[in-house]
Amino acid sequence: MTAAVPALTKPRKPRALRSDERLHATGLRTVAVRKPGVPLVEVRLRVPFLSAARSHPAKGALLADSLLTGAGGYGRAELAAAVQELGGDLSVGVDADRLLIGGNVLATNLRPLLDLLATVLIEPAYAKAEVASERDRLVERLTIARSRPGVVASEALAYRMWGEHPYSRDLPQIAAVTAATAAQLRALHQAMVRPDAATLVVVGDVSPARVLDHVDAALAGWSGASAASRVRPLPTPEPRPTLVVDRPGSVQSSIRMGGGALRRTDPGYPALQLANLIFGGYFSSRWTENIREDKGYTYGPHSRVEHHVLGSALMFDVEVATEVTAPAMLETRYELGRIASLPVTPAEVDAVRQYAIGTLALSTATQAGLASTLAGLSAFGLGLDWLAEHPGRLVSVTVDEVSAAAAEYFAPARLVEVIVGDAESITAPLGALGPVTSDA
Amino acid sequence: MPRSLPAPTFELTHHTLGNGLRVLVAPDRSAPVVGVGVLYDVGMRSEPVGRTGFAHLFEHLMFQGSANLEKLEHFRYVQSSGGVFNGSTHVDYTNYHEVMPSNALERALFLEADRMLSPRITEENLANQLEVVKNEIRVNVMNRPYGGFPWLNLPAVLFDSFANSHNGYGDFADLESATVDDASDFFARYYTPANAVLAVAGDLDVDETMGFIEKHFGQIKKRPAPKRPSFGEPALTAERRTTHHDSHAPIPAVALGYRVPDPVRKLDEHLAGVLLAEVLTDGDASRLQRRLVHKDGLVTDVGAYLGQFGDPFDERDPTAMTITAHYPDARSLPAILTAVDEELARIADDGLEPGELDRVRTRLVSVMFRELDAVMSRTLDLAKFELIYGRAELIGELPSRLADVTDADVRAAAAALRPDRRAVVELVAGGAR
Repeated sequence: MTAAVPALTKPRKPRALRSDERLHATGLRTVAVRKPGVPLVEVRLRVPFLSAARSHPAKGALLADSLLTGAGGYGRAELAAAVQELGGDLSVGVDADRLLIGGNVLATNLRPLLDLLATVLIEPAYAKAEVASERDRLVERLTIARSRPGVVASEALAYRMWGEHPYSRDLPQIAAVTAATAAQLRALHQAMVRPDAATLVVVGDVSPARVLDHVDAALAGWSGASAASRVRPLPTPEPRPTLVVDRPGSVQSSIRMGGGALRRTDPGYPALQLANLIFGGYFSSRWTENIREDKGYTYGPHSRVEHHVLGSALMFDVEVATEVTAPAMLETRYELGRIASLPVTPAEVDAVRQYAIGTLALSTATQAGLASTLAGLSAFGLGLDWLAEHPGRLVSVTVDEVSAAAAEYFAPARLVEVIVGDAESITAPLGALGPVTSDA
Repeated sequence: MPRSLPAPTFELTHHTLGNGLRVLVAPDRSAPVVGVGVLYDVGMRSEPVGRTGFAHLFEHLMFQGSANLEKLEHFRYVQSSGGVFNGSTHVDYTNYHEVMPSNALERALFLEADRMLSPRITEENLANQLEVVKNEIRVNVMNRPYGGFPWLNLPAVLFDSFANSHNGYGDFADLESATVDDASDFFARYYTPANAVLAVAGDLDVDETMGFIEKHFGQIKKRPAPKRPSFGEPALTAERRTTHHDSHAPIPAVALGYRVPDPVRKLDEHLAGVLLAEVLTDGDASRLQRRLVHKDGLVTDVGAYLGQFGDPFDERDPTAMTITAHYPDARSLPAILTAVDEELARIADDGLEPGELDRVRTRLVSVMFRELDAVMSRTLDLAKFELIYGRAELIGELPSRLADVTDADVRAAAAALRPDRRAVVELVAGGAR
């Protein structure tokens, strides 16, 4: 028997969001969005943090870990207790582009949370003993991170793509962390944790106008200009022989590949976004259907476009069983070559178009999801308008445009490849497919 | 007296189909998305001897095509409708779910009904998913530091019965010996409508949705729900210890598992334990962070949680409170255990600090709300509370039940975490530093 799969009915349009925006006297820009649902509010403060200084990643990571260890009259535990009492949470993250202070709190307690945030921004303690304790923990965490094959592979790939550019030094070196001092963190905070280029996003069960007034009042004392830092543009990755990094005894190989990509603001980006989904960006992709659902070589491959301030990159990752490393590479290059050489089908484009539109709505359907998305977009001068208009851009992409984007960006000859695994088992079989080197 | 805390409110209707399928429908028209979740009352605990990991392997097989759908079609129909899907295997149940734009509601219900009717289990699909599952175990356990720690290590020491103590991801030998007949039997026995809960939440009309559900699920033949055995075990009477060698881990770790009261029949005691876990390790103001990380500098991190995967409402009896820590110096373990015992004794003897219980409780309610904001977690929570606790409405009552927990209740929960009630797994680090 065959029952018909029910057709889709007419889609319902999402309700328009009420929002407001303000450029404060200090240079801080705040975006406030009313999004009821649960009685909470999400906060994201994005501070540009890009620097060419060699010691910056280590100092930046230690600053992020130490920022909430005391401020104003609060010790570490007192600050944490004060946030918790509001039903809130604050955390700090850092990457090559930005410092991000994220938080959430019961909506009725937004103002006191902003006051605590102001204390942290204006009067951070960076007490010597607390910084020393965070330094020891950071060293242990870095050691643990680098014991994971995926982290080793990602670091090796970034270096092979971008050389000595700050983007390949995102994860700090232990020696540099050990050398970072509390005084240096205070100086770095002074120089870079400034409002003039920062964006604050507030999303939740709140009135946008009232949020802007709260921010005006709470953060008025956070002022000053960030020390501008010139960082050279992202170099174009040059394809080279596949790098094999030995991890003796590994039962899987961690394959990472990367290449250049269009920026989010490029008119051609929506076509590249769809090409990526067809290749490996969702479960029904060619790559997944081939090496997982047909061959069983892996739990799952993924490809994605990553957007950084200085440029975008197409990134691929998959972990495959050691004994099928070469066959998995063969299928991967076959799929890359196929999408780069032959047109994609209208059915494939229709499927990923609906997927991209649907999942964009889902990822911004929660307070936390919308706040994080808006904070990320703010780096490129984009916001709610871009989100509202993006489905329209996806709708107007043609099949030919997707094929053209795939031909340009997925060509295997353009990609840089790194494989972390048991070199003794995998090097010779990989060598049968193309040049391999162990020389980073 | 605790301050009044907000409570989640939702519109919720209950239905039971003729074949025994329990249905929850929760309309919320704020955004044009719907969540559909099906929970089957079978998890890792019900795996037959010699078939460790089978519940999870079977979950994979449920995605391999069904009565009217070829392999790959399930994924394609969900994703090309703009939706997402997943499934996961738990100790006491297995779930399947999708979130879709609301114009795909009937399609999502059809997809779930079609595999409840009959999954397409073939030799070829079994062989393929066996390899996928082995690669899942390699990536999550065998090839990474601290892989599967402690959920794969602790039950073996904390419990005695096969049901409670075995490796839920499965030994490769067991997985490889699974057959299509095993899968058919497992489906026939456990995947009956009467053994499942269906939850639908989001942008929907209740009557129309019930029409779709009757149309697609109502035709599935009634089969009895299996009788669920008791998995209860007597409490430990002496501390148990074991070591686990991890060749990738650069620094040692430890997991302490404590048997705790029945989370369903003794819910109020359980909630005291949930709050105790927050008092112990939630943030820099918590007892064990302050003591072990900041004062003594013995560990790089410490965490306490109820339920094997950190969800205190995910399991029936028996369940456990787990405390884990990573520490740089392998010689520190005795000092760490002593410090944990001292801090628990301090809570049991002296009670909590002024305001401590209130702030922890306020934060916990906030965290619960945050989870409910996503339609998928809301849908799955409704189904889970219905399945495990028999009442989805409990979600809305948790803030007031938590407000009723007293300082004395938390002290009692701390007093019960005695060394003779626990199992300790020491992870020996064999990786390079």
